[in-house]
Amino acid sequence: METNNKKAWLYLLPAILFLGVFMVYPLVDVFVYSFEEGFNSASQTHFGVGTYNYSYVLHDPYFLQAVKNTFILVIITVPISTGIALLISLGLSSIKALRNLFQTVYFLPYVTNTLAVGLVFMILFKKTPYSDGLVNLLINLFGGSSVDFIDGPYWAKMLVLCIYTIWVVMPFKILILTSALASVKEDYYNAAKVDGTSKFRIFTKITLPMISPMIFYLVITGFIGAFKAYSDAVALFGTNLNAAEMNTIVGYVYDMLYGDSGGYPSYASAAAIILFVIVLTITCINLIISKKNVHY
Amino acid sequence: MTNQVNYDKIEKTAAIKKTVGKTVIYAFLVLWGLIVLFPFYWMLLTSVKDYAAYNAEYIPQFFTLSPTLQNYIDAFTAVPLADYFLNTLIFTVATTAVMLVVIVPAAFAFSRLEFRGKNLLFTLFLSLMMIPNELVVITNFVTITNLDLRNTFTGLILPSVTSVFYIYLLKENFAGIPNELYYAAKVDGTSDLKYLLKVMLPICRPTVITITVLKVIECWNSYVWPRLITDDEAYFLVSNGIQEIRENGFGRENIPAMMAAVVVISVPLVVLFLIFRKKIMEGVARGGTKG
Repeated sequence: METNNKKAWLYLLPAILFLGVFMVYPLVDVFVYSFEEGFNSASQTHFGVGTYNYSYVLHDPYFLQAVKNTFILVIITVPISTGIALLISLGLSSIKALRNLFQTVYFLPYVTNTLAVGLVFMILFKKTPYSDGLVNLLINLFGGSSVDFIDGPYWAKMLVLCIYTIWVVMPFKILILTSALASVKEDYYNAAKVDGTSKFRIFTKITLPMISPMIFYLVITGFIGAFKAYSDAVALFGTNLNAAEMNTIVGYVYDMLYGDSGGYPSYASAAAIILFVIVLTITCINLIISKKNVHY
Repeated sequence: MTNQVNYDKIEKTAAIKKTVGKTVIYAFLVLWGLIVLFPFYWMLLTSVKDYAAYNAEYIPQFFTLSPTLQNYIDAFTAVPLADYFLNTLIFTVATTAVMLVVIVPAAFAFSRLEFRGKNLLFTLFLSLMMIPNELVVITNFVTITNLDLRNTFTGLILPSVTSVFYIYLLKENFAGIPNELYYAAKVDGTSDLKYLLKVMLPICRPTVITITVLKVIECWNSYVWPRLITDDEAYFLVSNGIQEIRENGFGRENIPAMMAAVVVISVPLVVLFLIFRKKIMEGVARGGTKG
């Protein structure tokens, strides 16, 4: 191939321009913003440089609430969704009939509008003066008393958020695990069968090690995704998440930027960078753990 | 003789065990299927329930004997659902089209042309994949506001037209096309651009379609950026529209009309999914995430 500098750069120009303006420059700028104190978005001026924005954010009760909510969400949804997805994928890989149908159905939540379907979940769980809602009806059936899951106690709201989040993230996990299971060579299983290995032993000694890289991939992307949770919460509890005590870190960033309490890009930047540091730390920890336990 | 009986017995218990196992597996899979499908069923069901009848139900009914389409009429007349729809359509088509114009030449340059700094630039591009959107959205919001592009389609579209991941995907695909084809075209005097459009793109059509469909889904569901950049209802996309309907439309209690709007918003994507099922699932398995 001949070297063709000018033409190549011409082909790359649009991509470089867009990435430069909307990714590289903002990346630098967000750090600058986060250290500019007393930034005024109307006059584009600031009167100092320092870490005040960080300390403001870290002392803001709304931010602390958002961090708490996000961590609870992550700790509950990532293991449960990965576990159920593993069970479902194992089930799927052991059947032949209807397998395609099941896979298609299971993938549906991936292609739905999070905001729109969140409304359906809200109706299923909401308690109104007219009706306690379907979920409460089920609870009553088993002898429990009705709970308002949307405007009620904290644990109830968190429970709905977790359930909806799991419902939304399952398609991706099932898809990845099913294809991981399909890629395990039949030879291993046949060899194990000849040796008369028990099913449980086959699972722990062959299946699990063979798909462990994919499980860890899912755990890592699951952590990252759950830390960025936001639209699920909006779908269930409306845009004023602070009032509902259901804000997430990303929600806090956007609220600081724009909305009823908005107009503070400096605080938003500081919060976004704190989020980035948290995600980076957790991802590194995950990678270190996976190095020790994953069979490649 | 006794041995024969024992074999039969063992075979029988094994067969029973197998059936029981299969039944348990199928029951579990059907259960999850129901959990996935139930919200869709409930949204369809509620959308055809009569408003008065719905509000009179203290115990929600699992079916209705008198379905009505009135809610769908309400959804299009009481709130500007058609406008939200049209906006989303314009946004989706324009974003996807501009994105293809941006990423196809870039992928071509990386896979087919030689130039100084190629590897360094490609590494830089790849490292951008790790940058979370939350980090750049703040400055982009300020940039678009300063350019007076809030509440315009340009402002909505511009920041979302590049995707490093799709450039990467396409580049890998382009690189798989044998060099001989390129040299043959060169000998015939075909220009690079013509070669790209007439040879490479048709060969890589499956990947291009996958990328297009995934981008369309992403656009149709985008919420955060449109919410930041539009507060004029005339530019709302469906996600913001549904949120607006929920908070101010219909009156809070007209749930059936709300569900009709939700159905209208969900149908295009479900249809798209059923058409491109294989491509979408392959594309997502290769590196999409939802988050």
